[in-house]
Amino acid sequence: MSAVTVSFPNTAAPWQLPSRGKVAMASLIFAEAAIFTIFVVAYLFYIGKSLTGPTPREVLEVPIFFTVCLLSSSLTIHIASKCLQRGKQGGFMALWLLTIVLGGLFLYGTGMEWHRLIYEHGLTISTNLFGTTYYSLVGLHAFHVTVGLVMLLTVAVFGIAGRVGVSQSGRVEVLSMYWHFVDAVWVVVFTVVYILGR
Amino acid sequence: MSSNVITIPGVQIEARPWVDELHQWLTTVDHKRLGILYILSALLFLVIGGVEAIIIRIQLIHSHNNFVSPQVFNRMFTMHGTTMIFFVAMPLLFGFANYLVPLMIGARDMAFPRLNALSFWLSFLGALLLYFSFLGGGGLYGAGNAPDAGWWAYAPLGARAFSPGHSFDYWTLALLVSGFGSMGTAINIIATVLCLRCPGMTLSRMPLFAWLNLVMAGMVLLVISPLTAAQIMLLVDRYLGGHFFDTQAGGSAVLWMHFFWIFGHPEVYVLVIPAFAFASEIIPVFSRKPIFGYPVMVAATVSIGFVSMSVWAHHMFTVGMNSYANSFFAITTMAVGVPTGIKIFNWIGTMWGGRIQFKTAMLFCIAFLFQFLLAGLTGIMQAAVPFDWQLSLSYFVVAHFHYVIVGGILFAMFGAFYYWYPKMTGRMLSERLGKWHFWLFLIGFHMTFTVMHIPGLLGMPRRIYTYEPGRGWDTLNLIVSIGAFIQAIAILVFVANLIISYFKGAPAGNDPWDAWTLEWSVSSPPPAYNFATVPTVASRRPLWDQKHPEDPDSRYE
Amino acid sequence: MRTESSTLRSLAQAILPLFWSATGVWASEPNGPAANATNIFAPASTPAKSIADLSLFVLIITGLIFAVVFALIVYCLVKFRDRATAAGREPAQVYGSTQIELAWTVIPILIVVVLFLASARVIHAIQDAPEPPNAVDVTVIGHQYWWEFRYPKLGIVTANELHIPVSEPGHPTPTFMQLLSADTDHSFWVPEIAGKTDLVPNHPNKMWMDPKRTGLFLGQCAQYCGVQHAKMLLRVSVDSPADFAAWVQAQQKSAVEDETVAAGRRVFESNACMNCHAITGTAANGRFGPDLTHLMSRATIAAGAAQNTHANLRLWVKDPSAFKPGCLMPAMQLSDADLDAVVSYMETLR
Repeated sequence: MSAVTVSFPNTAAPWQLPSRGKVAMASLIFAEAAIFTIFVVAYLFYIGKSLTGPTPREVLEVPIFFTVCLLSSSLTIHIASKCLQRGKQGGFMALWLLTIVLGGLFLYGTGMEWHRLIYEHGLTISTNLFGTTYYSLVGLHAFHVTVGLVMLLTVAVFGIAGRVGVSQSGRVEVLSMYWHFVDAVWVVVFTVVYILGR
Repeated sequence: MSSNVITIPGVQIEARPWVDELHQWLTTVDHKRLGILYILSALLFLVIGGVEAIIIRIQLIHSHNNFVSPQVFNRMFTMHGTTMIFFVAMPLLFGFANYLVPLMIGARDMAFPRLNALSFWLSFLGALLLYFSFLGGGGLYGAGNAPDAGWWAYAPLGARAFSPGHSFDYWTLALLVSGFGSMGTAINIIATVLCLRCPGMTLSRMPLFAWLNLVMAGMVLLVISPLTAAQIMLLVDRYLGGHFFDTQAGGSAVLWMHFFWIFGHPEVYVLVIPAFAFASEIIPVFSRKPIFGYPVMVAATVSIGFVSMSVWAHHMFTVGMNSYANSFFAITTMAVGVPTGIKIFNWIGTMWGGRIQFKTAMLFCIAFLFQFLLAGLTGIMQAAVPFDWQLSLSYFVVAHFHYVIVGGILFAMFGAFYYWYPKMTGRMLSERLGKWHFWLFLIGFHMTFTVMHIPGLLGMPRRIYTYEPGRGWDTLNLIVSIGAFIQAIAILVFVANLIISYFKGAPAGNDPWDAWTLEWSVSSPPPAYNFATVPTVASRRPLWDQKHPEDPDSRYE
Repeated sequence: MRTESSTLRSLAQAILPLFWSATGVWASEPNGPAANATNIFAPASTPAKSIADLSLFVLIITGLIFAVVFALIVYCLVKFRDRATAAGREPAQVYGSTQIELAWTVIPILIVVVLFLASARVIHAIQDAPEPPNAVDVTVIGHQYWWEFRYPKLGIVTANELHIPVSEPGHPTPTFMQLLSADTDHSFWVPEIAGKTDLVPNHPNKMWMDPKRTGLFLGQCAQYCGVQHAKMLLRVSVDSPADFAAWVQAQQKSAVEDETVAAGRRVFESNACMNCHAITGTAANGRFGPDLTHLMSRATIAAGAAQNTHANLRLWVKDPSAFKPGCLMPAMQLSDADLDAVVSYMETLR
């Protein structure tokens, strides 16, 4: 037997609070930004301090094409999300898949670059300070891109099965926040590694 | 004014088989049950960490003692520190936050119940990983041993070269795993507080408990991440041949210190701010007055949150930073004392002009006030950098931080137990046993930690498994150790109280303390859904308004 | 503020001697002078003294704060405790007061400013002190679990027991030390001479001291460095100028060559001893362990873990873990004959 008595004055105005998905994702982004900051600080701190081995200038090639791919995937996911909000299924699916392709291209580019660095220049994570900080920072970012791609693919599968509609647009919006974050981190990593560090 | 009364007459509830009950507990996503699981797990590790402390104190009871080998001693202080911070203090605070925040803001559960469960189990898994090291961590000293590099594991002591085997990896993984759990809880608290408040509860009408846990959660996000990053870097060094902290390859040991303390210092504020939250709820009720200066308390807490991010290198004053860096961290460390002092004054202002009731919960909070004041002042002493060049790495520091964590945080936590146990279980804790617990613990605490400052002033460094006679440290260490035994007895009294009162305590009713926040409007323990109807509030103390309709807070806010 | 600090300074100068002698008397053993020689309030050198003066200033201020707030809380608890006569009535519900909040914000800020300025002055005085040309230079290298001392300008290498000259008022001869580490972090702490400074690998530090009285000063490693951190003790002998000169001369000589212990020397050179230890004038040139050229000039062995007696030396060589379990010197598994021979040899190394 339970008895609950509540008795409070009512308030007049409508009670609107932020969406918990957005707040949670914003919090997660905040925390992830802190992790990346530490890796970036380590990278910056160790610029020029390697005792041996290949230097950034000797081995790094600026990945312009793949950066453009990743950054434009932010645009495509944004438009895809807007399409979904307006109920345009077709537009949403097309742009969503394009986003996945562009993200996949970026990962492919990273893989190619690593292959070149390891096999042509002998730069690994244990070679020197540059190797350690480079692979850790770029690798951490690539890991986040991978996780993002997995989530995007999951939504794509549901989308193809016809289960993603206007009522899922809030969740899709939350996911696209994550994707934008991943792109923003790449802007920072790119600047630090390929511009400042060389 | 509407009034909802829901009664369910004539219902018989069958007792479930115990396996079923256990299954319910293991798979629960209810914030109240998860809160209790956090608290029970923390109490378990409190006892284990306490045993480790007793072993340390027996070894140090006189010079050149042989109770344990140096290897075991070093493992004991490493495990004691790691356990107490990560697997006692944090889970206890998360447990209370989990239990109380939704109730206090008129919500039915946390924003993400399943994430909540995942966070708890990750945290528990982290603890198990750490303790598995006793069985699984191979190393130079034989089969199975715990990490022994101290709870900060300064580089390069944590490198493969100096910590071979896996004992150190258990430390790293335990912190990494439980760190993810902490982040999950932090995200949950933030989303709950920002998105699930009941109608009428604007941010400026939330109980201070909710506000302070919100600030704490924000800090956790910002602060656990550097630790996670540092642990990943350490694993890269240990397993992938990386050189983040490899001084032979040009790496920097000081960088580890910076990363660790960027986590480590705000972490202690993560621990103390919820303790402030307890005091801010308990002191007003037992003074029969509202908290003095609610907006200032919020502002002070937020500024503590910010300023505490800028003080970390005060743990590194002896490391050889230049005089400008040292001066910078001196001023920021002293500055963070200002909002903290403001809070102490506000608590005094709350009691001033009140009608103070010396229930056990209040006794613990009053002791908290005195002890936290002293701890803050010894902190200011260490912020005077040259003084710290003597005090750092000595037993003065050990005394200082135990004053904060035990004298401040643990005392406030005991207050929270005595205050909210009735709500959680429907029974009152015994006031008689409570007073025994309080006085025994107080005496033991002061014998240990007040006296402990003195060996520090007389040159005794920390983390030493034994010490030389003739330095004047013997008698002092003896007193310190005896105090530890007294505290252990007090803890046993406390645990006995928890257990006995569960079965024999006086029934609590909804509102045994005549308090004013929403959790006291529901039954003890609350129903699974918390509120039959989501409440609407018009002031900071909804129940005061209800009990004093002629003079409601809503008229003054 | 100037007036305030100089008033406090004269107050401190009046109280300090009483304070120091009180702690010294209370903490020391009944027989022998200052057996407790690690009291931070018994400074014997300028850095330690500046620190002790600042510390007293800080203690007085924080002590006053504590007294005031403590009294406030006690008063509050007594005056406003619940009485039976007031049962049932709630006291006046006061929500706050802007003026009071302002007062107790501004006053702490002022206190912080004062404390900070006092500290900053001492930070700069100690950390940025220039090195005079006649200073004695010592390079300290921290090892797991012993101290290496090198005097680059004097050509001396020794271990664990530091000798420095006293610094007389008319003729100051400070000692400036460079702090390095061969392995993990350590910290050089001799409380009566100076605050501690860490020895961090790949991060050279410096510190200085100018002890004003001769004598023996004790200390130990303060930064956890591994299993035997507790037994990495320090002995600093502050010598008169004449004694210091004599010590330097003796240390600069090569090892004593004594034919009667040739057998022991052969044991030393044919076992792995010389891989870790150096003895100048012989083939032994190892740097992993302490330099043994003048081993018998030291009062202790194993970084202070034992007195330098025949029995201890023999036991140490036979089985180092008897004194320091977990230290990095292995038991060499010598036969008794070899052991006696090598110890006899080592005892000639004055």
